[in-house]
Amino acid sequence: MILNIKPETKKGWRLLSTPFIFSILLLAAPLTMMLLLSFWTQDYLILDRTFTLNNYIEAFTQPVYQLLFSRSLAISLTVTFFTVLLAYPMAYFISFHGGERKALWLFLITIPFWTSYLLRMFLWKVILGYNGVLNSFLLWLEMITEPLTFILYNANAVVIALTHGWAPFAILPIFVSLEKIDRSLLEASRDLGDGPFHQFFRVVLPLSAPGVVGAALIIFIPTVGDYITPKLVGGTDGLMIANMIQVQFSKANNAPLAAALSVSSLMIVAFISIVFVLVNRKHLRRY
Amino acid sequence: MTTLVEVQDISKSFGAVNAVDGVSLEIDQGQFFSLLGPSGCGKTTLLRLIAGFERPSSGHLLIDNKPMDGVEPNLRPTNMVFQNYAIFPHLNVEQNVAYGLRKKSISKIEKEEMINQVLELVGLSELNLRSANALSGGQKQRVALARALILKPKVLLLDEPLSALDKKLREQMQLELRHLQRAVGITFILVTHDQEEALTMSDKVAVMFDGKVEQVASPRELYERPTSQRVASFIGAMNFINGTVMEAKNEIGINSDILGPLTISRSQVFGDLTENKIIIGIRPERISIVSDGSSVTGSISGRITDASYFGETTYYKVACGKGSETLTVSAQNSFGQMDYQIGEEVKLNVDIKSLVGFSD
Repeated sequence: MILNIKPETKKGWRLLSTPFIFSILLLAAPLTMMLLLSFWTQDYLILDRTFTLNNYIEAFTQPVYQLLFSRSLAISLTVTFFTVLLAYPMAYFISFHGGERKALWLFLITIPFWTSYLLRMFLWKVILGYNGVLNSFLLWLEMITEPLTFILYNANAVVIALTHGWAPFAILPIFVSLEKIDRSLLEASRDLGDGPFHQFFRVVLPLSAPGVVGAALIIFIPTVGDYITPKLVGGTDGLMIANMIQVQFSKANNAPLAAALSVSSLMIVAFISIVFVLVNRKHLRRY
Repeated sequence: MTTLVEVQDISKSFGAVNAVDGVSLEIDQGQFFSLLGPSGCGKTTLLRLIAGFERPSSGHLLIDNKPMDGVEPNLRPTNMVFQNYAIFPHLNVEQNVAYGLRKKSISKIEKEEMINQVLELVGLSELNLRSANALSGGQKQRVALARALILKPKVLLLDEPLSALDKKLREQMQLELRHLQRAVGITFILVTHDQEEALTMSDKVAVMFDGKVEQVASPRELYERPTSQRVASFIGAMNFINGTVMEAKNEIGINSDILGPLTISRSQVFGDLTENKIIIGIRPERISIVSDGSSVTGSISGRITDASYFGETTYYKVACGKGSETLTVSAQNSFGQMDYQIGEEVKLNVDIKSLVGFSD
């Protein structure tokens, strides 16, 4: 049989080959290895390669892992909620009241990225600590009599730090979806009797829904697996599943269990994301 | 007739630009009123001032004798058909049409009935549940109309509603809009740059240039008695001939190279005749060509220098007089009409009664 491939098809394959090889080497291969590893057993220094589901049974039945999974999801969902809630007004302001300075406002939003993520997270210790900026300030104002302790080394601190750190990632997609709204639709809604309140809920919000859904996914997916923030500001009450995975890979020397936890985490996040997209699919039409 | 919309010396400036400059207008109840002018003349700004999307820099607006100063668009008795129709893409036809009914306390059945009625009125029956994205340009326009008409506004504002449609559909919609306006009896204010559209649809037309209203008149008056050279050349085609005023009393005696000496009535001349110079305007269809042989008294000799064929009409350029001046003459290609060749010597008959004179 003679292979009859059109020149365009060949060209297409050539163009695709580099990213394709790249993604196989750096994405598919590690994932497959992780998946394989999760079905094996670590026996001190030897890796037992007989197929077993024990790691998964352990991951889903041990109370400590259940707690860490549910805490990670709770923290991540809270962070997603607050990030989107806080990012929306900012995106709205830039899009509708940014005037000629939109580019400047967007530029200002990127300024936190000039410092490393690690440093930014670390600085929350300085702000939220027992003798930190916030407590000193509130004491000076005499609004409190002794320093607040519920704001550092627990889940609250993780939520605060993550919400701050991920805000720009939520602002940008919402901003883009707001920018795409035809301004004459806003006038039409006013013309047909809506005040600013109804205009927002009947036109602006539904039409910017794709940006909100996108922002929510962008925040939710990576924050579930965040490792450094809970490590720095989470104390013991704020530890998340990624911290346990790290411990299993290193100190506990149980790579297969760590792999099973990773894969489980991946599945849970994928499942929630898919459900979220399906629930919102009528909002995701492109207008 | 009662005045419904009263524009009192309204100006609107954006920075240093005066988009609308001291405009006063009175628009009657039930009238089809057009704002006509070239792009950038301020006609859309004036419409947006009436709708409430812009606030006047000075002047006042009254609708139905109520001052509209500071009244938000949602509280005005006006509705607008936007140039791009502004159909809500996330709603279907029915939801779009019912958009403005939110505040009205009416039952679901009544609402349904109103929607069906108005959709039938604009010729969109049975399309209730179609998605806004699946509509053609003409259908979107009908939805935009239905959405505004269902609220029974005192004034319907139309911002170049036909400019995005192709020629055939545009002509059809012109007729439909006119019929619709008569049927519902609502005052329509239409913004357009298309003089033909303004003439065929309106009861009254305001011609605007550079933010100012130059002339407000019925279509016929506007075409036959334009009060300035600018209006005359913007609406239809017109020949302009330089002339000299010989005598200015009740009758005005004029001499010109092309037309020779002639006398017209004072009412045909606009502006003050302070100088003895005058510009005579004559529409191409008010000149007729007669073959060289059949000489009529008072006719002008000329030679055809150009002919453009437009199907039902042919436009001839005829060189007359001593100079190189040419007159544009149109001839209906109706039964019995002669064809003239370039280079042919002809005689022209001019309808003196339809001449207009401008002092500027």
